[in-house]
Amino acid sequence: MTESTLSLHEKDRSKMPLEYTTEEGDLRIVGFWIFLAAELVLFGTLFGTYLVLQSHTAGGPTAKDLFEIGPVMAETIVLLVSSFTCGLSTIELRRHNKKGLIGWLIVTILLGLVFVGLEVNEFYTYAVHEGAPISRSAFLSGFFVLLGTHGCHVSLGIIWIIGILLQLGKRGITPVTARKAFMAGLYWHFLDVVWIFIFTAVYLTGLVI
Amino acid sequence: MDENQNQMSEQVRAGFPWKQVIGLLLSLALTFIALWIAVGLSLPVHVTLTIIVGLAIFQAFIQLFMFMHVTEGTEPVHQLIGILFGIYVAFAVVGGTLWILAYAL
Repeated sequence: MTESTLSLHEKDRSKMPLEYTTEEGDLRIVGFWIFLAAELVLFGTLFGTYLVLQSHTAGGPTAKDLFEIGPVMAETIVLLVSSFTCGLSTIELRRHNKKGLIGWLIVTILLGLVFVGLEVNEFYTYAVHEGAPISRSAFLSGFFVLLGTHGCHVSLGIIWIIGILLQLGKRGITPVTARKAFMAGLYWHFLDVVWIFIFTAVYLTGLVI
Repeated sequence: MDENQNQMSEQVRAGFPWKQVIGLLLSLALTFIALWIAVGLSLPVHVTLTIIVGLAIFQAFIQLFMFMHVTEGTEPVHQLIGILFGIYVAFAVVGGTLWILAYAL
Protein backbone atom coordinates (compact mmCIF):
# COMPACT_ATOMS: atom_id res chain seq x y z
CA MET A 1 0.00 0.00 0.00
CA THR A 2 1.17 3.47 -0.80
CA GLU A 3 0.87 6.27 1.70
CA SER A 4 -2.69 7.53 2.19
CA THR A 5 -3.54 10.30 -0.23
CA LEU A 6 -5.09 12.26 2.63
CA SER A 7 -1.55 13.15 3.69
CA LEU A 8 -0.79 14.45 0.21
CA HIS A 9 2.10 16.78 -0.05
CA GLU A 10 0.99 20.41 -0.05
CA LYS A 11 2.23 20.79 -3.61
CA ASP A 12 0.11 17.91 -4.92
CA ARG A 13 -2.96 19.06 -3.04
CA SER A 14 -2.64 22.53 -4.56
CA LYS A 15 -3.22 20.95 -7.97
CA MET A 16 -6.68 19.78 -6.91
CA PRO A 17 -9.79 21.96 -7.35
CA LEU A 18 -9.98 24.64 -4.65
CA GLU A 19 -12.51 22.84 -2.44
CA TYR A 20 -10.10 19.89 -2.05
CA THR A 21 -7.00 21.97 -1.32
CA THR A 22 -7.27 21.58 2.46
CA GLU A 23 -7.47 18.23 4.24
CA GLU A 24 -10.47 19.52 6.19
CA GLY A 25 -12.39 20.42 3.02
CA ASP A 26 -11.53 17.05 1.55
CA LEU A 27 -12.83 15.13 4.58
CA ARG A 28 -15.96 17.24 4.84
CA ILE A 29 -16.89 16.51 1.22
CA VAL A 30 -16.53 12.76 1.82
CA GLY A 31 -18.65 13.22 4.95
CA PHE A 32 -21.29 14.99 2.89
CA TRP A 33 -21.47 12.03 0.51
CA ILE A 34 -22.16 9.80 3.53
CA PHE A 35 -24.94 12.20 4.55
CA LEU A 36 -26.42 11.95 1.04
CA ALA A 37 -26.29 8.15 1.30
CA ALA A 38 -28.31 8.38 4.55
CA GLU A 39 -30.80 10.72 2.86
CA LEU A 40 -31.18 8.14 0.11
CA VAL A 41 -32.21 5.58 2.74
CA LEU A 42 -34.68 8.07 4.27
CA PHE A 43 -36.35 8.54 0.90
CA GLY A 44 -36.19 4.77 0.33
CA THR A 45 -38.38 4.16 3.40
CA LEU A 46 -40.89 6.77 2.21
CA PHE A 47 -40.97 5.24 -1.29
CA GLY A 48 -41.54 1.79 0.24
CA THR A 49 -44.44 3.10 2.34
CA TYR A 50 -46.01 4.97 -0.54
CA LEU A 51 -45.79 2.07 -3.00
CA VAL A 52 -47.41 -0.33 -0.53
CA LEU A 53 -50.23 2.11 0.28
CA GLN A 54 -50.78 3.31 -3.30
CA SER A 55 -53.79 1.07 -3.87
CA HIS A 56 -55.40 1.84 -0.49
CA THR A 57 -57.58 4.74 -1.47
CA ALA A 58 -60.43 4.04 1.00
CA GLY A 59 -63.04 4.93 -1.59
CA GLY A 60 -61.42 8.33 -2.15
CA PRO A 61 -59.74 9.64 -5.29
CA THR A 62 -57.17 7.34 -6.89
CA ALA A 63 -53.83 8.26 -8.42
CA LYS A 64 -55.40 8.11 -11.88
CA ASP A 65 -58.21 10.50 -10.84
CA LEU A 66 -55.82 13.05 -9.35
CA PHE A 67 -52.64 13.24 -11.38
CA GLU A 68 -52.45 15.51 -14.39
CA ILE A 69 -49.44 15.15 -16.61
CA GLY A 70 -49.11 18.86 -17.55
CA PRO A 71 -48.18 20.36 -14.16
CA VAL A 72 -46.05 17.30 -13.35
CA MET A 73 -44.00 17.70 -16.53
CA ALA A 74 -43.60 21.43 -15.75
CA GLU A 75 -42.20 20.59 -12.30
CA THR A 76 -39.92 17.92 -13.74
CA ILE A 77 -38.47 20.14 -16.46
CA VAL A 78 -37.95 23.08 -14.08
CA LEU A 79 -36.06 20.87 -11.63
CA LEU A 80 -33.98 19.20 -14.37
CA VAL A 81 -32.95 22.58 -15.77
CA SER A 82 -32.12 23.86 -12.27
CA SER A 83 -29.85 20.84 -11.80
CA PHE A 84 -28.16 21.80 -15.08
CA THR A 85 -27.66 25.46 -14.05
CA CYS A 86 -26.32 24.22 -10.72
CA GLY A 87 -23.79 22.11 -12.68
CA LEU A 88 -22.80 25.25 -14.60
CA SER A 89 -22.26 27.07 -11.28
CA THR A 90 -19.79 24.35 -10.25
CA ILE A 91 -17.90 24.88 -13.52
CA GLU A 92 -17.71 28.62 -12.83
CA LEU A 93 -16.47 27.78 -9.34
CA ARG A 94 -13.66 25.72 -10.88
CA ARG A 95 -12.79 28.69 -13.09
CA HIS A 96 -12.69 30.88 -9.96
CA ASN A 97 -15.23 33.14 -11.64
CA LYS A 98 -17.17 34.67 -8.75
CA LYS A 99 -19.67 36.54 -10.93
CA GLY A 100 -20.51 33.45 -12.98
CA LEU A 101 -20.83 31.30 -9.87
CA ILE A 102 -23.18 33.76 -8.14
CA GLY A 103 -25.18 34.30 -11.34
CA TRP A 104 -25.83 30.58 -11.97
CA LEU A 105 -26.61 29.96 -8.29
CA ILE A 106 -29.23 32.74 -8.42
CA VAL A 107 -30.77 31.17 -11.56
CA THR A 108 -30.78 27.83 -9.74
CA ILE A 109 -32.63 29.13 -6.68
CA LEU A 110 -35.12 31.06 -8.86
CA LEU A 111 -35.93 27.80 -10.69
CA GLY A 112 -36.13 26.12 -7.26
CA LEU A 113 -38.68 28.72 -6.17
CA VAL A 114 -40.74 28.11 -9.34
CA PHE A 115 -40.65 24.38 -8.57
CA VAL A 116 -41.81 24.90 -4.96
CA GLY A 117 -44.55 27.25 -6.19
CA LEU A 118 -45.81 24.69 -8.71
CA GLU A 119 -45.77 21.98 -6.07
CA VAL A 120 -47.63 24.08 -3.48
CA ASN A 121 -50.21 24.89 -6.15
CA GLU A 122 -50.57 21.18 -6.94
CA PHE A 123 -51.03 20.30 -3.24
CA TYR A 124 -53.57 23.10 -2.81
CA THR A 125 -55.56 21.90 -5.83
CA TYR A 126 -55.65 18.34 -4.52
CA ALA A 127 -56.47 19.21 -0.92
CA VAL A 128 -59.02 22.00 -1.49
CA HIS A 129 -60.60 21.50 -4.91
CA GLU A 130 -60.35 17.75 -5.45
CA GLY A 131 -61.33 16.65 -1.95
CA ALA A 132 -58.03 14.82 -1.46
CA PRO A 133 -56.33 16.12 1.72
CA ILE A 134 -53.64 14.15 3.56
CA SER A 135 -56.22 12.60 5.94
CA ARG A 136 -58.49 11.24 3.18
CA SER A 137 -56.76 7.87 2.64
CA ALA A 138 -53.57 5.90 3.25
CA PHE A 139 -52.63 6.55 -0.39
CA LEU A 140 -52.84 10.32 0.11
CA SER A 141 -50.97 10.20 3.45
CA GLY A 142 -48.12 8.37 1.75
CA PHE A 143 -48.24 10.73 -1.22
CA PHE A 144 -48.16 13.97 0.78
CA VAL A 145 -45.46 12.74 3.17
CA LEU A 146 -43.14 11.60 0.36
CA LEU A 147 -43.67 14.66 -1.84
CA GLY A 148 -43.75 17.00 1.17
CA THR A 149 -40.40 15.68 2.43
CA HIS A 150 -38.87 16.28 -0.99
CA GLY A 151 -40.43 19.77 -1.20
CA CYS A 152 -39.08 20.65 2.27
CA HIS A 153 -35.61 19.55 1.15
CA VAL A 154 -35.82 21.81 -1.90
CA SER A 155 -37.00 24.74 0.26
CA LEU A 156 -34.16 24.13 2.71
CA GLY A 157 -31.73 23.98 -0.21
CA ILE A 158 -32.92 27.39 -1.40
CA ILE A 159 -32.34 28.92 2.05
CA TRP A 160 -28.91 27.23 2.29
CA ILE A 161 -27.80 28.53 -1.12
CA ILE A 162 -28.96 32.06 -0.22
CA GLY A 163 -26.69 31.85 2.85
CA ILE A 164 -23.78 30.71 0.68
CA LEU A 165 -24.45 33.55 -1.79
CA LEU A 166 -24.13 36.06 1.07
CA GLN A 167 -20.81 34.51 2.13
CA LEU A 168 -19.54 34.46 -1.47
CA GLY A 169 -20.46 38.13 -1.83
CA LYS A 170 -18.66 39.01 1.38
CA ARG A 171 -15.57 36.78 1.26
CA GLY A 172 -15.19 35.83 -2.40
CA ILE A 173 -14.08 32.38 -3.52
CA THR A 174 -11.85 30.87 -0.82
CA PRO A 175 -11.17 27.18 -0.05
CA VAL A 176 -13.97 27.37 2.57
CA THR A 177 -16.65 29.08 0.47
CA ALA A 178 -15.67 26.91 -2.52
CA ARG A 179 -16.27 23.80 -0.42
CA LYS A 180 -19.66 25.10 0.74
CA ALA A 181 -20.77 26.01 -2.78
CA PHE A 182 -19.64 22.60 -4.06
CA MET A 183 -21.52 20.73 -1.30
CA ALA A 184 -24.71 22.76 -1.89
CA GLY A 185 -24.40 21.76 -5.56
CA LEU A 186 -24.15 18.07 -4.63
CA TYR A 187 -27.25 18.45 -2.46
CA TRP A 188 -29.18 20.09 -5.29
CA HIS A 189 -28.28 17.37 -7.81
CA PHE A 190 -29.26 14.78 -5.21
CA LEU A 191 -32.73 16.33 -4.91
CA ASP A 192 -33.08 16.05 -8.67
CA VAL A 193 -32.17 12.36 -8.48
CA VAL A 194 -34.92 11.85 -5.86
CA TRP A 195 -37.37 13.69 -8.11
CA ILE A 196 -36.56 11.39 -11.05
CA PHE A 197 -37.76 8.48 -8.91
CA ILE A 198 -40.82 10.40 -7.68
CA PHE A 199 -41.71 11.17 -11.31
CA THR A 200 -41.36 7.50 -12.23
CA ALA A 201 -42.63 5.66 -9.14
CA VAL A 202 -45.41 8.09 -8.16
CA TYR A 203 -46.69 9.90 -11.24
CA LEU A 204 -45.99 7.62 -14.21
CA THR A 205 -46.80 4.51 -12.19
CA GLY A 206 -49.99 6.19 -10.96
CA LEU A 207 -51.05 6.82 -14.54
CA VAL A 208 -50.29 3.24 -15.63
CA ILE A 209 -51.73 1.15 -12.79
CA MET B 1 -9.08 34.35 -6.36
CA ASP B 2 -6.11 34.74 -8.60
CA GLU B 3 -3.41 33.53 -6.22
CA ASN B 4 -5.18 30.20 -6.02
CA GLN B 5 -4.91 29.26 -9.64
CA ASN B 6 -4.30 25.58 -10.03
CA GLN B 7 -4.03 23.06 -12.81
CA MET B 8 -7.59 21.80 -12.67
CA SER B 9 -9.05 25.27 -13.07
CA GLU B 10 -6.80 25.94 -16.03
CA GLN B 11 -8.01 22.77 -17.72
CA VAL B 12 -11.60 23.78 -17.13
CA ARG B 13 -11.07 27.38 -18.15
CA ALA B 14 -11.14 26.74 -21.86
CA GLY B 15 -14.13 25.16 -23.43
CA PHE B 16 -17.82 24.74 -23.52
CA PRO B 17 -19.54 22.72 -20.74
CA TRP B 18 -20.29 19.75 -23.01
CA LYS B 19 -20.67 17.31 -20.16
CA GLN B 20 -23.41 19.40 -18.55
CA VAL B 21 -25.27 20.08 -21.81
CA ILE B 22 -25.18 16.40 -22.82
CA GLY B 23 -26.34 15.46 -19.30
CA LEU B 24 -29.29 17.86 -19.56
CA LEU B 25 -30.31 16.71 -23.06
CA LEU B 26 -30.05 13.03 -22.08
CA SER B 27 -32.10 13.66 -18.91
CA LEU B 28 -34.82 15.49 -20.84
CA ALA B 29 -34.85 12.79 -23.55
CA LEU B 30 -35.14 9.99 -20.97
CA THR B 31 -37.95 11.85 -19.15
CA PHE B 32 -39.99 12.23 -22.34
CA ILE B 33 -39.30 8.65 -23.47
CA ALA B 34 -40.53 7.41 -20.08
CA LEU B 35 -43.65 9.58 -20.39
CA TRP B 36 -44.29 8.28 -23.92
CA ILE B 37 -43.90 4.66 -22.85
CA ALA B 38 -46.23 5.12 -19.88
CA VAL B 39 -48.94 7.21 -21.56
CA GLY B 40 -48.50 6.80 -25.32
CA LEU B 41 -47.93 3.06 -25.62
CA SER B 42 -50.24 0.53 -24.05
CA LEU B 43 -47.80 -2.23 -23.14
CA PRO B 44 -48.63 -4.69 -20.34
CA VAL B 45 -48.36 -2.98 -16.94
CA HIS B 46 -45.35 -4.93 -15.66
CA VAL B 47 -43.42 -4.36 -18.90
CA THR B 48 -44.10 -0.61 -18.72
CA LEU B 49 -43.03 -0.47 -15.06
CA THR B 50 -39.81 -2.40 -15.73
CA ILE B 51 -38.84 -0.10 -18.59
CA ILE B 52 -39.60 3.20 -16.82
CA VAL B 53 -37.80 2.13 -13.62
CA GLY B 54 -34.82 1.12 -15.77
CA LEU B 55 -34.85 4.53 -17.47
CA ALA B 56 -35.04 6.28 -14.06
CA ILE B 57 -32.01 4.37 -12.77
CA PHE B 58 -30.08 5.23 -15.95
CA GLN B 59 -30.99 8.91 -15.53
CA ALA B 60 -29.94 8.88 -11.87
CA PHE B 61 -26.51 7.56 -12.90
CA ILE B 62 -26.22 10.36 -15.48
CA GLN B 63 -26.76 12.89 -12.68
CA LEU B 64 -24.28 11.08 -10.44
CA PHE B 65 -21.45 10.94 -12.97
CA MET B 66 -22.02 13.97 -15.21
CA PHE B 67 -23.17 16.52 -12.63
CA MET B 68 -22.08 15.29 -9.22
CA HIS B 69 -18.40 14.52 -9.88
CA VAL B 70 -18.65 11.34 -7.82
CA THR B 71 -15.25 10.15 -9.05
CA GLU B 72 -13.40 13.32 -7.96
CA GLY B 73 -11.37 14.01 -4.84
CA THR B 74 -8.16 12.60 -3.41
CA GLU B 75 -9.67 9.18 -2.63
CA PRO B 76 -13.03 8.92 -4.38
CA VAL B 77 -13.35 5.26 -3.42
CA HIS B 78 -14.58 6.32 0.04
CA GLN B 79 -17.52 8.34 -1.26
CA LEU B 80 -18.25 5.71 -3.93
CA ILE B 81 -18.50 2.96 -1.30
CA GLY B 82 -20.67 5.22 0.88
CA ILE B 83 -23.11 6.15 -1.87
CA LEU B 84 -23.26 2.61 -3.30
CA PHE B 85 -24.11 1.26 0.15
CA GLY B 86 -26.83 3.94 0.46
CA ILE B 87 -28.24 2.90 -2.93
CA TYR B 88 -28.15 -0.77 -1.90
CA VAL B 89 -29.99 -0.15 1.39
CA ALA B 90 -32.58 2.10 -0.29
CA PHE B 91 -33.35 -0.52 -2.96
CA ALA B 92 -33.38 -3.31 -0.34
CA VAL B 93 -35.90 -1.32 1.73
CA VAL B 94 -38.18 -0.58 -1.23
CA GLY B 95 -37.91 -4.04 -2.82
CA GLY B 96 -38.15 -5.85 0.51
CA THR B 97 -41.19 -3.85 1.63
CA LEU B 98 -43.04 -4.50 -1.62
CA TRP B 99 -42.13 -8.19 -1.62
CA ILE B 100 -43.11 -8.82 2.01
CA LEU B 101 -46.34 -6.84 1.87
CA ALA B 102 -47.43 -7.79 -1.65
CA TYR B 103 -49.84 -10.45 -0.41
CA ALA B 104 -50.42 -9.25 3.12
CA LEU B 105 -52.52 -6.18 2.46
